[in-house]
Amino acid sequence: MTTRAPHRAAGRVEVHGVHKSFGTLEVLRDVDLTFEPGTVTVVLGPSGSGKSTLLRAINHLEKVDAGFVTVDGDLVGYRRCRGRRGDVLQELKEREILGQRTRIGFVFQGFNLFPHLTALENVVEAPLSAQRRSRAEVEAEARELLARVGLADKADARPRQLSGGQQQRVAIARALALRPRVLLFDEPTSALDPELVGEVLEVIKDVASTGTTLVVVTHEIGFAREVADSVVFMDDGVVVEQGPPAQVLDHPRHERTRAFLDRVL
Amino acid sequence: MTAVTTPGTRGEAAATPPPDASPTPYSHLRIVPARHPGRWVATACVAVLVAMVVSSLLTNDRWEWDVVAQYLTWPSILSGAWATIRLTAAASVVGFALGTVLALMRLSRSPLLVGVSWAYTWVFRSVPLLLQLLLWYNLAYLYPHLSLGVPFGPEFLWFDTLGVIDKFGAAILGLGLSQAAYSAEIVRAGILSVDQGQQEAAASLGIPRRRQVTRIVLPQAMRSIVPTAVNEVIGLLKGTSIVYVLAYGELFYIASVIYGRNGKVVPLLIVAAIWYLVLTTLITIVQYYVERHYAKGAVRTLPPTPLQRLRWSSAVTRARLTGRPVPPHVPPAFAARARVGVLTRTARTSGGPA
Repeated sequence: MTTRAPHRAAGRVEVHGVHKSFGTLEVLRDVDLTFEPGTVTVVLGPSGSGKSTLLRAINHLEKVDAGFVTVDGDLVGYRRCRGRRGDVLQELKEREILGQRTRIGFVFQGFNLFPHLTALENVVEAPLSAQRRSRAEVEAEARELLARVGLADKADARPRQLSGGQQQRVAIARALALRPRVLLFDEPTSALDPELVGEVLEVIKDVASTGTTLVVVTHEIGFAREVADSVVFMDDGVVVEQGPPAQVLDHPRHERTRAFLDRVL
Repeated sequence: MTAVTTPGTRGEAAATPPPDASPTPYSHLRIVPARHPGRWVATACVAVLVAMVVSSLLTNDRWEWDVVAQYLTWPSILSGAWATIRLTAAASVVGFALGTVLALMRLSRSPLLVGVSWAYTWVFRSVPLLLQLLLWYNLAYLYPHLSLGVPFGPEFLWFDTLGVIDKFGAAILGLGLSQAAYSAEIVRAGILSVDQGQQEAAASLGIPRRRQVTRIVLPQAMRSIVPTAVNEVIGLLKGTSIVYVLAYGELFYIASVIYGRNGKVVPLLIVAAIWYLVLTTLITIVQYYVERHYAKGAVRTLPPTPLQRLRWSSAVTRARLTGRPVPPHVPPAFAARARVGVLTRTARTSGGPA
């Protein structure tokens, strides 16, 4: 494990026995994982192995069929109720789920910036409307965040006027603006030209040093080696192996991991 | 007329570089613009046709332009035009407000809401507008009184149907409700055209549902909604003329009343046509600016409006005439383009056919 700034106690994600199917296709099969507060986990695996679905299940963009996810002990999407109907899991209302999501940031492969809003407006939208914070405070913080991802001068540019790497950095600033405890990255650099990958990985590395729990789905093995505390290898909907990068990447125990690494390295 | 290069020579030229490989080997050659004889013939034909139309408009005195001019600003015609504007505006508001609700219902997860929205569109698109208007006008026959109260329970407020739904009311109901069926589909298509990732990103940021629709999805949907919606509004503007069956005093009805009295049928039809043209033009101008507003996210830089273009080019011309620098509010790209335009124009005149 690399040494880093003192961990915030918050941001522990637990995934227990999660199953998810799309039609007859079982995408996640009994996935159990724990992401410790303040750690960086890289999830590797061939396409179709369920990595993205796992991330989307963590912030409840996908409802799981079985099992459950907790963030700092709180169930995602449900609440335990002991009431008239006995001991049940009450499905949360959409508003409450939206509230939970403000603690879990998500960075998409295709950025999904709002094209009709400027970079600054993209960043301030959620803190204003979801967290109801004051505009002055939010805007000042948003400008700081844009400066942190190296885009202080692009605050008034719209996404179409930015390069892919710049757009993804705005997307990261947008996710950080909610002060999430957990940040999920779904292949943040695979839509980028090779020369733009570095600038985005640098920003993610910087975020990693702040003590937010990061889960990064990526094919950037070098990034995993350098920044990750732990690497998870998934294939065909199951976690094949996990451990520190040195172990999983250099001395994989499973044939499937070895075969995958041979292909991508 | 056309220089033909055989494939063989072209291939050779591409394969071997020109012997004298100076950086600008062609710069001393004069550029001869391509000729377009077909275009010239077509232009001449159309010009003759246009001239024929214009001359017949001017020389055929049965158009009675003096009568047209006289009635164009006749007070009752003006009031008819105003009634047409009011009808169009009110029916558009009713149509698009209800249409948006219907579209959202159609996209909801409740089967009943989806079904009702579907059935509404089905009924109101199927029944001719003329028939709908007459039905609404005769609502008082079906329900002489309207009341507000608890469904199946006590009633608090009573209205006389004839008092609430007069000619204007029936016209608004007829035009607006049938418009809603069409607008619902337009709004739905617009919403579907927005990338699913937008709504997903909004949800992942915890943005409240209402805000997702009003701030994220609809503004982007507007880009594809506006052109079709304006089409509908223009259709509605002209469609209001159908309300003459209710003897409501809109533009076409007034015109028909006047020509019924004085027999000047064609000039009064022309008067009405001119007013519809003017109103449609106004709507089209509004459309240009609304579309421009919603294009913000879709283009890197907005093209200048005709007014800006006029102002900038006059500034550039003035600067050129006076020899002073181009004022700073003119974008450098535009100033440069203006210069290039001048250059190509001079090139064309010097290199064009003698």
